[in-house]
Amino acid sequence: MSKVNLLKPNKENINLFLGLGVLFFTLGILDFYLNNFYEKNITGFLPGFISFFTPLIFGMIGLHFVRIEFSGIKKLDELNKNINTSNFNAALSFSIILLLIFSIPPLLNWFIFDANIAGDTKEACTGGGACWVYIKVWFNRFMYGMYPNAEQWRVNATFIIVLVFMGLGYFFPLRLKKYLTLYYVIFLPIISFLLIYYLISGGEFGLEWVETGAWGGLSLTFIVSFFSLIFCFPIGMMLALGRRSDLPVVKYSSLTFIEFWRGVPLITVLFMSAVMFPMFLPDGTYVDKLIRVIAAIVLFEAAYTAEVIRGGLQALPRGQYDAAKSLGMGYWRLHLLVILPQALKLVIPGIANTFLALVKDTPLIFVVGLLELAGMLGLAKTNPKWLGFSMEGYVFAGIIFWIICYSMSKYSYNLELKYKTDR
Amino acid sequence: MKLKKILPQFLTLLFIVLIFGFFTMNAQENMDTRGIEFGFGFLKQEASFDIQFSLIDYDGSKSYARAYLVGLLNTLLVSAIGIVLCTILGVVIGVARLSPNYLINRTASVYIEFFRNIPLLLQIFFWYFAALRALPMPEDASLLLGTSYMTIKGLYTPAPIWNNFDVFLISLIVSLVIIFFFNRYAKRKQEDAGIQYPKFLISLAIFVIIPAFTFIFGGVDLQWSFPELKQLAKTSFTYEGGVGIPPELIALTLALTLYTATFIAENVRAGIQGIGKGQKEAAASIGLTPGQVLKLVIMPQALRIIIPPTTNQYLNLTKNSSLAAAIAYPDLVLVFAGTAMMQTGRAIEIVAITMATYLTISLSISLFMNWYNKSIAIKEK
Repeated sequence: MSKVNLLKPNKENINLFLGLGVLFFTLGILDFYLNNFYEKNITGFLPGFISFFTPLIFGMIGLHFVRIEFSGIKKLDELNKNINTSNFNAALSFSIILLLIFSIPPLLNWFIFDANIAGDTKEACTGGGACWVYIKVWFNRFMYGMYPNAEQWRVNATFIIVLVFMGLGYFFPLRLKKYLTLYYVIFLPIISFLLIYYLISGGEFGLEWVETGAWGGLSLTFIVSFFSLIFCFPIGMMLALGRRSDLPVVKYSSLTFIEFWRGVPLITVLFMSAVMFPMFLPDGTYVDKLIRVIAAIVLFEAAYTAEVIRGGLQALPRGQYDAAKSLGMGYWRLHLLVILPQALKLVIPGIANTFLALVKDTPLIFVVGLLELAGMLGLAKTNPKWLGFSMEGYVFAGIIFWIICYSMSKYSYNLELKYKTDR
Repeated sequence: MKLKKILPQFLTLLFIVLIFGFFTMNAQENMDTRGIEFGFGFLKQEASFDIQFSLIDYDGSKSYARAYLVGLLNTLLVSAIGIVLCTILGVVIGVARLSPNYLINRTASVYIEFFRNIPLLLQIFFWYFAALRALPMPEDASLLLGTSYMTIKGLYTPAPIWNNFDVFLISLIVSLVIIFFFNRYAKRKQEDAGIQYPKFLISLAIFVIIPAFTFIFGGVDLQWSFPELKQLAKTSFTYEGGVGIPPELIALTLALTLYTATFIAENVRAGIQGIGKGQKEAAASIGLTPGQVLKLVIMPQALRIIIPPTTNQYLNLTKNSSLAAAIAYPDLVLVFAGTAMMQTGRAIEIVAITMATYLTISLSISLFMNWYNKSIAIKEK
């Protein structure tokens, strides 16, 4: 056994150092654990300030002892390389470990172990944890708003049919492929509009009429964001082309339009659609609130979409334009057949990101009195029978939005990677 | 050939004129039937509503213009705090995201993925309606850091009481001007003669010493007023003295900071990753220390990549601060486009003023940033 230098752990005394390291590490964790969950301070004899930091100090000493170079144990080397390269790193790593120990058990308790899900009244919630009964009881409202319970199949059916139509484009035979853009930009919006008009809104074919004020919940979030997307896409495309046009009037009017909408917050745009827009219409005409809101969001998002598409147009090499022109193509043929198909492929990830932002913006429509998910939460929170469960509501909505947005952002990220390798 | 150029422009112009004409005509008619006169005279009228939180002197007897100013200042306040905090947090998280330490790296990326995929409005609601509502009542609050109280009614911290504050302010400005000229001088000296001064230390010394002198000679004096619990009624308590920061401001700042920091962190990461490895190796091979490599080679290049998208995020933060209206923080939208509009019924003028204000802020920041970008861009021959 060679000389032991406590400042420099080495391979010769590996067992001693490992033992010491594990001992101090455990001591640190134990001290922290007892402090936080049993209110016992085993280092209470020290002055308060030092005693507060003892877990961290123990942990750092422990990690220092295990930091043995070329120990010959693969797991240990990997550990050292990843979280324990220096004292500073060790302190950070250990703080994070402590933070996890501190936060995970209470969170799990709140979410699962102390939570209540059985029963359907407020009184069923007895534990100290979350009251998922509240979510269970209000689930229908959170999904469909004030839409009558008996008619909710219509909303589901609409979504399924629209999804089927969207997927259909994928199975187009080769000779129809060139109509794909046309299908998505013109046919699909019309179909979905008719579906929503006749199936969700109703009023004909023996279906009960449901006014838009009753629509709400998550389904309204989808309706608003879906419609805004399919309409803002063509408008954004025109604006992007307009901004790159050689004609000064077209160029500067597109530019002004884009910069205007990008410069103001969505909430003022919604205010505008709610209170200012009716003043601009002939007296007596009434446009449904939902349509006004969608129109406002479409104009707003079209400006952002235009900038994304412009990015794609700019990314194309000049040669593409020159080659197409030398074939004698005019402006429209050049753009429709050569430029746009290539540029749009490039901007799909950007469009997906814009759509993501759009979905995250839809809760804002509550300012004009439309109650989608966040708005329904606000309503449920003030129900006298169910006071005091706002935490559960927001956590629930947060989880739902998180799943939607996270999967979408991962999808757009994958698309980005895919197209990067293509070029 | 000529027609091909003129016709589309003419049609665009016609379209715009027709739309605007149609709208103005209708608006004129509608206002006539309702007996409203278009104009901004209402700004001088008495506002007669109260605003909970104001940076300047305000009460119900002041004019609508004054209320507008209060709202604007509140918007600017929350944006400024948010920008500072989210920059600090974003840089820390962005650097942590690149750390070789597995735990730090994962924590940073979990943070980013978590906070940026939840709608901002929901986060504001969460902090305001769920998290801050769980705080104690004023009478049960415990002392934080020996000076402040965190209660359901907001955060109460000590307030500075200045004597001769203007002298202090002037000294600050003077020291900044001196630092600016000193740095220019030092840079020229370095370029001409290769003499290096410890620029940072000297600047710091100037910044500390000159304002410190005003305390001794300028009659500047600083005292703190601490918040103290006071009983209003049998069960109603509040704190007096100190500064009370309303919970709306705290919730809004928290949400805006945590949300925007995720985007800034990604910008910072992309910027640092965007610098080729060769740059670092080349800089190290000519004998620069790691600190110099970072300061002289990596950062100037990374900043060029980081700044433009980060400016966009600052703009987004400023625009997103309008969500304040949802939790009744008296910002521009709530005070002006909300309360003032309800009272006066002047939808067109008020929405136009509000939008113009945001447009002015946005455009001036982006103009400034364009100028700044140009000034730091690589000058190619």
